[in-house]
Amino acid sequence: MPKLSDLLVPAPLRKTPKPGEAGVPTTPAPQDLKSAPPERPTDLGRTGEKALEAPMEATAWIDQRLAASGFLTGMLFRKVPKGTNWFYTLGSATLFAFIVQAVTGVFLAMFYTPSATQAYSSIAHINNDVFLGQFVHGMHKWGASVMVILIFLHMGRTFFFGAYKYPRELNWVIGVVLLILTMTMAFTGYLLPFDQRSYWASIVGININGTGPIVGPYLSDFLRAGPELGATTLSRFYAIHMLLVPGAIIALIGAHLYLVVKLGTTAPPWTKTGKPRVAEPTSDLDAGVSGNGYHPNGAGATVAGVRVDGHNGGGATA
Amino acid sequence: MKATDKQAYLEEYELLKKKGKPFFPYAVMKDSAMALIVVGVIILMSLLLGAEQGPKADPTTTTYVPRPEWYFFFLFEVLRVIKPPELVPIATIGIPTVCMVLLLLLPFYDRGPERRPERRPLATTAGILTILAMGYLTYAGATAGSPTEIDMKVAPQYKAGAEIVAGSGCLACHKLGENGNNGPGPELTHIGDRIPRAAIIRSIEIGPSIMPSFRELPKEKLNQLADFLSSLN
Repeated sequence: MPKLSDLLVPAPLRKTPKPGEAGVPTTPAPQDLKSAPPERPTDLGRTGEKALEAPMEATAWIDQRLAASGFLTGMLFRKVPKGTNWFYTLGSATLFAFIVQAVTGVFLAMFYTPSATQAYSSIAHINNDVFLGQFVHGMHKWGASVMVILIFLHMGRTFFFGAYKYPRELNWVIGVVLLILTMTMAFTGYLLPFDQRSYWASIVGININGTGPIVGPYLSDFLRAGPELGATTLSRFYAIHMLLVPGAIIALIGAHLYLVVKLGTTAPPWTKTGKPRVAEPTSDLDAGVSGNGYHPNGAGATVAGVRVDGHNGGGATA
Repeated sequence: MKATDKQAYLEEYELLKKKGKPFFPYAVMKDSAMALIVVGVIILMSLLLGAEQGPKADPTTTTYVPRPEWYFFFLFEVLRVIKPPELVPIATIGIPTVCMVLLLLLPFYDRGPERRPERRPLATTAGILTILAMGYLTYAGATAGSPTEIDMKVAPQYKAGAEIVAGSGCLACHKLGENGNNGPGPELTHIGDRIPRAAIIRSIEIGPSIMPSFRELPKEKLNQLADFLSSLN
């Protein structure tokens, strides 16, 4: 039976098995199929065959120029450690909630006017006239809550599993900055509908900033952009909400994910390696004997100790 | 964490990784399932809860009681319970800033090699207490009437009037017991002692000097308000 991953991944992106690895046929099957005489060599059949090959060729063409398949296979086929469970989907779920916010936000921006006189009526227009307007508006509004909840769950998992410890300290710091930026998004987005609730809550929020020591008054002056909350405040919040913070969030998510791929995700702290904890470097052969032998004739069976495996997208190296 | 601990962790991690499964398709499947759940929940919330607009922003209203979004309730509650003006900066900026710095620098002061929560009693207890505190503050913030709530003992027949005082923004200019701002309006704590009921009603309707008029209050509410205020002696 072919592997699930082989059915889903286009050929140029498939992980090339090492010679001698289990499951590698002695003769490459695709070439056999090509050289075999077609049953009905009609023009139609050949066109169909060409059409089937086109995406493969296009992928190969692009890859020749980008040389990205090495990175992609490394990323796709990197091993996630034993014991990885549903708790480990919270990070990607947060990312997905962010994507929902980004997409719905783009559609809202097509109809929203960031002016003190028109903001309220443009939201009313979105809610009442635009096709699926209130639905998308609702997704954006409630998606914010979902994203905040997911961030806290993701952070809780990272905290209780001790996943912020060596060598992933920097990724924790990036994550906390992302949390702060998300709260900034929540605060600045709250004003945009410009109804009573958003207006007065923003005044309170700005005044709270103003009570801070030393920088407080400057911060509240910056946020208010004038003596009173009004048109300039709204456009300032709009720019922060639409350009400044999303840009920073996207950049930091990129860094966060880069480190996740680079360092690997953690295993739950209770996961047994299948062998007693020893400080000496051990070989894979030992692991195959005493453990449950995931790789009965694994390619790295004779390679001693910890190494960086290129095919696994790089390991955590000291 | 000592160098040997670091080395031991990396070795153990490498072993766990060898016994793991490839990210694609196994982890991707779980992530995709979770993504579907997330978007499903968001769609459901949007359909069920909608995105109703409130009344248009009106800078001249004095009666609106601001409410933040629920995830700022904890902050709101901290602010509500800390009243003395000299302590307010501690509540608004001090506590949140200290918490954020502690959170940001967590991996730099918690450097022990142990990762199992049951073997890190200090960290785990601190984490659970933080969650409980945040949960409690959020709940308290959500159920609190408003930051202008009246904390004094009110006889049941005057409860309605007290709520109108709290909800109408009176405390922005008047002090009432422990609550409200002392000025520019006169203190209301013993107002029933000083002014007869009819004069209170007249003040509310007319709005003497800089006080806004509350003429638009329904008759019934106005009476309840006057009942409450004239009972203060």
